[in-house]
Amino acid sequence: MESFDFVEVKVPAKAEYIGVVRLSISGIANRMGFTFEDIEDLKVAISEAITNAVKHAYKETGEGEITIGFGIYENRLEVMVADHGGSFNLGEIKEDIGPYKQDDDIEELREGGFGLFLIDALMDKVEINSKYGVIVLMTKYLHETEVGQDGDQISTSQ
Amino acid sequence: MNLTIDVSHKEDVAYLTLVGEVDAFTAPKLKDTILPLTKEEGQVVEVDFEQVNYMDSTGLGVFISALKSTKEHNSEMKLIHMQDRVYRLFKITGLTEIMNIDSTVQGGM
Repeated sequence: MESFDFVEVKVPAKAEYIGVVRLSISGIANRMGFTFEDIEDLKVAISEAITNAVKHAYKETGEGEITIGFGIYENRLEVMVADHGGSFNLGEIKEDIGPYKQDDDIEELREGGFGLFLIDALMDKVEINSKYGVIVLMTKYLHETEVGQDGDQISTSQ
Repeated sequence: MNLTIDVSHKEDVAYLTLVGEVDAFTAPKLKDTILPLTKEEGQVVEVDFEQVNYMDSTGLGVFISALKSTKEHNSEMKLIHMQDRVYRLFKITGLTEIMNIDSTVQGGM
């Protein structure tokens, strides 16, 4: 089995902790040798996932915790964001994502709908598991070792 | 990990200088500041992004609301001095097509 280091961070489901997690991922990605641009992408992607989890937690109970797992591999970083609340309707969410198109009516613009779209645009691979709460699993490869991206992978979620 | 918003007025232009990070924690404050300004007819709102070192979709949401409000109230919004990293998010989401964004200083374009 491919070896990896695993770092877990647990924060209250509150918006003020999103910046704290951004600092964590920034440190981990920097240590792994990601470029400045990639680190910025990772910061946005993880913030989007946590923002979704925070909003969801608030809708449900107004409290709770979010667990973030970092799977640190030689060629990639896997980030898991788990919101152990209920589950949201993925079909609905997927229908909602995508960039603005010039012929869209300005009134139809999605004020909150870009989160998942950005995660998808900024990461190499995104998976969502909503069986037990919602878990977003996203992967970003170190560019130097991008080969093997289509090969078999052992995910930290298994 | 915070956002400072400075507002100054000069004739019919309101200048918003943002310093820091725009995320789910700081976006509500930004929205509360910018929306009332866009509700004044003929008002030009200029938002200076030079010192914004982080923004995500919660920030995009604020500027989408503000843009809608400018259309409703016949006001205007300009986003200026935007850094490449932040500009990229507007670009990916297609918002550069509909927003008045000037990134000339930071982008060197």
